[in-house]
Amino acid sequence: MAGSRIKLELSRVVQGESRLGVLKGLGRTGQHCLEVPGCLLYSHLGTVPHLTQDTLHTLKNIPAVTQVTLSSVAEHQEVLQEFKGGFKKFAGLHDTVVYCSLHDPAALCPPGYTTNKTVSVWGSGGRIELTVAKFMAIQKTIQPDWYQSMADGETWQSNTSRKRLRKSVDRTLAHLDECLTIHQNSQDLQGVEVFGVVEGGDILEERARSARETAKRPVAGFCLDGFQTGSMDQTLRTQLIKAIAKELPEDKPRLLQGVGRPDEVLACVEAGVDLFEGFFPFQVTERGCALSFSFDISLDPERAGRAPPAVLELNDDETCRAGEGQPNGEVTDGDQTQMTSFEINLKDKRYHDDFRPLVEGCGCYCCVNHQRAYLHHLLVTNELLAGVLLMIHNTAHYIGFFSTLREALANDKLDLLKRRQVILIATSFSVTVTPDGFESAALSHLGMESKHPRVKINMTLIWLQE
Amino acid sequence: EAGPNCNSVAECPVTKARACDLILPHSAVSTPVFMPVGTQGTLKGITVDQLDGLGCQICLGNTYHLGMRPGPDLIEKANGLHGFMNWKKNLLTDSGGFQMVSLVELSEVNEEGVKFKSPYDGKEILLSPEKSISIQNSLGSDIMMQLDDVVSSTVTGPRVEEAMHRSIRWLDRCIAANKNPDKQNLFAIIQGGLNADLRKACLDEMTQRNVPGFAIGGLSGGEEKDDFWRMVTLSTDHLPREKPRYLMGVGYAVDLVVCVALGCDMFDCVFPTRTARFGSALVPWGSLQVKHKQYAKDFQPIDPDCPCPTCKRHSRAYLHALFKSDTSAMHHITIHNIAYQLTLMRSVRQSIVDGRFPEFIRSFMKQMFPSPDQYPSWAVDALASVNVTLE
Repeated sequence: MAGSRIKLELSRVVQGESRLGVLKGLGRTGQHCLEVPGCLLYSHLGTVPHLTQDTLHTLKNIPAVTQVTLSSVAEHQEVLQEFKGGFKKFAGLHDTVVYCSLHDPAALCPPGYTTNKTVSVWGSGGRIELTVAKFMAIQKTIQPDWYQSMADGETWQSNTSRKRLRKSVDRTLAHLDECLTIHQNSQDLQGVEVFGVVEGGDILEERARSARETAKRPVAGFCLDGFQTGSMDQTLRTQLIKAIAKELPEDKPRLLQGVGRPDEVLACVEAGVDLFEGFFPFQVTERGCALSFSFDISLDPERAGRAPPAVLELNDDETCRAGEGQPNGEVTDGDQTQMTSFEINLKDKRYHDDFRPLVEGCGCYCCVNHQRAYLHHLLVTNELLAGVLLMIHNTAHYIGFFSTLREALANDKLDLLKRRQVILIATSFSVTVTPDGFESAALSHLGMESKHPRVKINMTLIWLQE
Repeated sequence: EAGPNCNSVAECPVTKARACDLILPHSAVSTPVFMPVGTQGTLKGITVDQLDGLGCQICLGNTYHLGMRPGPDLIEKANGLHGFMNWKKNLLTDSGGFQMVSLVELSEVNEEGVKFKSPYDGKEILLSPEKSISIQNSLGSDIMMQLDDVVSSTVTGPRVEEAMHRSIRWLDRCIAANKNPDKQNLFAIIQGGLNADLRKACLDEMTQRNVPGFAIGGLSGGEEKDDFWRMVTLSTDHLPREKPRYLMGVGYAVDLVVCVALGCDMFDCVFPTRTARFGSALVPWGSLQVKHKQYAKDFQPIDPDCPCPTCKRHSRAYLHALFKSDTSAMHHITIHNIAYQLTLMRSVRQSIVDGRFPEFIRSFMKQMFPSPDQYPSWAVDALASVNVTLE
């Protein structure tokens, strides 16, 4: 494949690592673009979960790229073959760019089904085994705008052996070479771009090797696999991503798979990641929660006359994240279904008569038209509309976060954003400051009335929100 | 007593059908009308904007369910059910009476009211006429239904008569209990089962009360269609022309068309929205089971002539596949089915206004059934009774 049409135009590189820019030349006619750092639009078979076109289009600034997964599409290969028009047309997606990934980031696959020549995906009817030949045959029927090459990423579990990690790198490179050969000889895939996949688990040398070797191939960009939330702690993830970034060309995008939590996104942007899969809002929706964390960096805490903001310092060695649902401070790595501190749990009785919008000032359809009490009622009565409204809000909120992230990078305000991340607990309720300190109101938000997690809190004053 | 004003727009010279404009507090409603059911303050999976976009002018909420969760006090704080669900057009609330039949295991009736055992916490609640009206006053619906003593249409014997007389007494108690007669329209519900004498007695009594509208109740519960239509037409024969007639629980297309011919104006049914969630799409020639294998490679829309958002964008094949991946598949069919029902009623109304309702009926039946010998005999009889002969 000659030079790819996808071009990453960087406008800023902060501290040699965080990148700000625009991914251009997307789509068959090359007229779509995606701002970076950015997220893709997560979908089930091309549909944003719970939403129809009408409800989806209440959202502004919808990401230009929709992610479709082989786990949802593979079982429909015959149908697509007969349809002949490609997946976009089949799904009624008119003006979007389609990126096809192997796996669904919100649905971890059972391990143990990868072989030298095959990987497996799970559709509604069960496991589907893919050789590169079958993988590529499906891509031909899908006709995405770009896809990741077939990869062995079964390394996200801890304690994967070095030997296994080396195999994942070797296999993935072999799959890539085979994909590219078939791709280059295929009329159907003319104009479609391929991303190589960087594997290597938690071993730096393997990661560097995988990156270096993949970069030698004519790919349009790079997927970073095996870093899924819960697979390793952020410090190691950051370290490995930086090492990978060193081996990759600056002008090709890096897509990180399986990471969506705002704090992890922030850290990974700082390590050199450009694109993220947009599945986090869906996970929040499925647990009946609404994203509520503040990312407003226009609120400058250092305003004269105001008390300086409190900074909730998390004790690093405890690696305790408040809000993981463990009042005694134990770490709950790896469980993506656990509620995070970025959201409010609308099933909680406290919202029964709360007539405020989910997030004050949020302009999404849900916040403009409905109240927490109504969402609470919908969740308690198991009504389908709850999913629709939450998906709208959570997606809007997440899109807004990325927009602010880019703004922060543009204006050197990344630190501010980090600090707001860290005091995010204080944003969703009001706090009283008592003469002898402050109420542990932060903890009541987490449903822990008077118990304290084992977190060291250094506070001066909590800054009152609205 | 106030409205709703039922302004006659046209009357069919052949059948008993009418086209009216109902002036209700939140907006006008064109009849004949089908009212989708949003039991718990939501139409399953559909936003109020989507419902509005389909042209819906009135939908239902349920007193029993909302009275349990979230409760009338909370809804009152939220500015009534309109405020709570943010629906700006009209709402009709059922009284909770039907749950006496549908949740019969959990209920016990006496003169005071209906005792229900809550399925959520086992608590006992008494739904009396006063309590039902009180809840509906808090909900603030444009049309409220009296609490009636409902018996299944398959029940016979003295219980039917007892229920009919009690419904009259309960109607009077409901009228007395209504705190908002000028904003909320309390409809009476004619009972009497499948017994013509009892129905007639009920009609004679209830029409003496000054209520803004009448519902025909106690039907659409599994009785023989031959009995069903006779009770409907008997009822409309004795209901005042200037007030709307609401036939409760009727929603199949054929039933709607025939009962409009018999003189009914308003209808509600959970069927179209419930069947949608099972993948059943309503079409002029019956229904289409989208989840069925035969549609996996069918690249047409559900109905090529349907202008709804679902049919404009998606194929049967895509929806078939989507049912395996995401709940939104249900929403697509729900939207289509509501659109189908509302479009049907709009066409019925237009044909009455244009003076060609009998022709509409004939072409409707032709489309719905493969051949005349498949026309349901009850429908043939019912239509014949209002001067429409099918082939």
